[in-house]
Amino acid sequence: MTTFAQQVVNGLIIGSTYSLMGIGLTLVFGIMRVVNFAHGEFYMLGAFIAYFSFTFMGLPFPVAVTLAVAAVMVLAWLCDQCLLRPVRDKDILVPMLILIGISIMLQNFAIVAFGSEPKTMPAPFPPTTVELGGVFISLPRLVLAGISVGVIAALSYVLKATNVGRAMRATWQDAETAALMGVNINRVYGLTFTVGCGLAAAAGSALAPIFWVYPTMGELAVLKSFAIVILGGLGSVAGAIYGGLLLGLAESLGAGYISAEYKDAVGFLVIIIVLLLRPYGLFGRRGIYG
Amino acid sequence: MNFVRNIVTIALGLFVLAIPYIIDSTYFLHIIIFSLMYTMLSTSLNLTLGLSGYLNLGHVAFFGIGAYVSGLLTLRAGWAWSAALLAGILTAGAAGYAIGRLTLQLRGAYFVIVTLAFSEVLKLVSTNWVELTRGPMGLPGIPAPQIGTFALESSRAQYYLALLLAAAAVYVAARLIPSRLGRALVGLRENEELAQSLGVNVYNHLLFAFVTGSLMAGAAGAFYAHYVRFLSPEVFSFGYTVTTVIMVLAGGRGTVVGPVLGAFVFVFIPELLRATTTLRLIIYAIILVIITVFLPEGIWPYLRDRSQTLLLKLMKSTRKGRAADFASGRRS
Repeated sequence: MTTFAQQVVNGLIIGSTYSLMGIGLTLVFGIMRVVNFAHGEFYMLGAFIAYFSFTFMGLPFPVAVTLAVAAVMVLAWLCDQCLLRPVRDKDILVPMLILIGISIMLQNFAIVAFGSEPKTMPAPFPPTTVELGGVFISLPRLVLAGISVGVIAALSYVLKATNVGRAMRATWQDAETAALMGVNINRVYGLTFTVGCGLAAAAGSALAPIFWVYPTMGELAVLKSFAIVILGGLGSVAGAIYGGLLLGLAESLGAGYISAEYKDAVGFLVIIIVLLLRPYGLFGRRGIYG
Repeated sequence: MNFVRNIVTIALGLFVLAIPYIIDSTYFLHIIIFSLMYTMLSTSLNLTLGLSGYLNLGHVAFFGIGAYVSGLLTLRAGWAWSAALLAGILTAGAAGYAIGRLTLQLRGAYFVIVTLAFSEVLKLVSTNWVELTRGPMGLPGIPAPQIGTFALESSRAQYYLALLLAAAAVYVAARLIPSRLGRALVGLRENEELAQSLGVNVYNHLLFAFVTGSLMAGAAGAFYAHYVRFLSPEVFSFGYTVTTVIMVLAGGRGTVVGPVLGAFVFVFIPELLRATTTLRLIIYAIILVIITVFLPEGIWPYLRDRSQTLLLKLMKSTRKGRAADFASGRRS
């Protein structure tokens, strides 16, 4: 029973970062109708910037994470303004192709600049574990969960209660009507892309002390983010949160009880089954096509 | 005009057939063979992505299935190459039918992710089913194509084989795209509800295009297995799909020539950039982004329109010249 509880807790903690990734992707898709293929690369850059600023610049870990997120957001804003803005009115496949290009560019830039061998970050926290009713959680993982929950809470506050958030939700529902009501659509798009990529960077930098950091780490991450978003139902922030937690849980239990080699397959199989039974996702509404 | 066109076509055909005798370097021929293999892949993906806009991000699954079935049947079961090739193509088609039946009822992004999930699962199976596939160690020693006692081992023979398969794929696409089915698929992309209300059976049309595409991708995979003669789970890697998507979109989606042109351009660019070593893929990506920003419809539609306006201008100017001649009273 305790192993089971342990697996569940581990799965949920990793799942919380999946949720972060998923929300970032779903925001960009929902508001901009853009499939962000470079999402994994922004995640990777977040991890690298946190790694370098913590290991070599000696910044405290929270500062390193903030710096990583801020730097990635600036880069994302530039990408949006220079490359995505000219093709806003084009077919959905055009910005997608540009983002594929950006993703290849960033990944290979990372290989050239940082080297392709995986790096580990020296532990920013004492390796103590906290016991909660027979379940042990290491401190880095607890901090990770804290970061995810904090970021998600802050984001839902912004979306729900501020003018910017209202403008974003209005654009999400109907861009034309929102524009007629005086929402600066272009600014909302730019902001959305920036925030979406920032969320990926937050997930990457928070995971840096736990996982390896390497230039191609974004590949699997982006696949999983797609999966999460679809699993939860496209265009649903709540869906992305649950989708992330569910995928984390499925992987953790799959690794524990079925086979560690097929850990990633378990996640994908869950997605296939869910989508065949509920083609609009767990939390998506019937009739809303992606 | 027709006469000129026929001459040009025949000359072009002869040139294509003579390529292995014109080109001495095996390396260069190898790149062309790879371009032809990618032509099969991009042409097949174009049938769904280019026409209907349905993005199949698991397209590499059919490539991998074709490769593994054909490779394993010759290596482990001792099948003749031609039978194994056919089996590879048909298995990919059958898998296309099964996956299509399950996924084509899903819309847009959902379709994207389920196809992607299928190919990732296949990759994991090929990595972990070590008894059959030797996992990441891969399968060396797959025999070269053989007809009777004649082995098609040389680059030249492989070139003609690739050319035959690619030409078959392009021929099918050229017949399919302007047909009623092709137009129905384009209608589907523009407005699905409208197409449905006009009596287009969305599901059947898509399934047909999807299965045709998976047969072609299976052929590309089966060719690859006996050309490279080594197989590893890498044949299921997402990179193949991404490259193929690039070729279709940047080449010109929905056209016959676009994906072919895309295949050659995006096989050649990284090869031409070899001198830049580590910066190679960065430059490749920059070129891709620039092409997309400036030619969002793709390279081929741009070239086609450009050459047409040029031709028109040329005709106009000669006509004007004649008119001027006539006005000045000169006789020719």
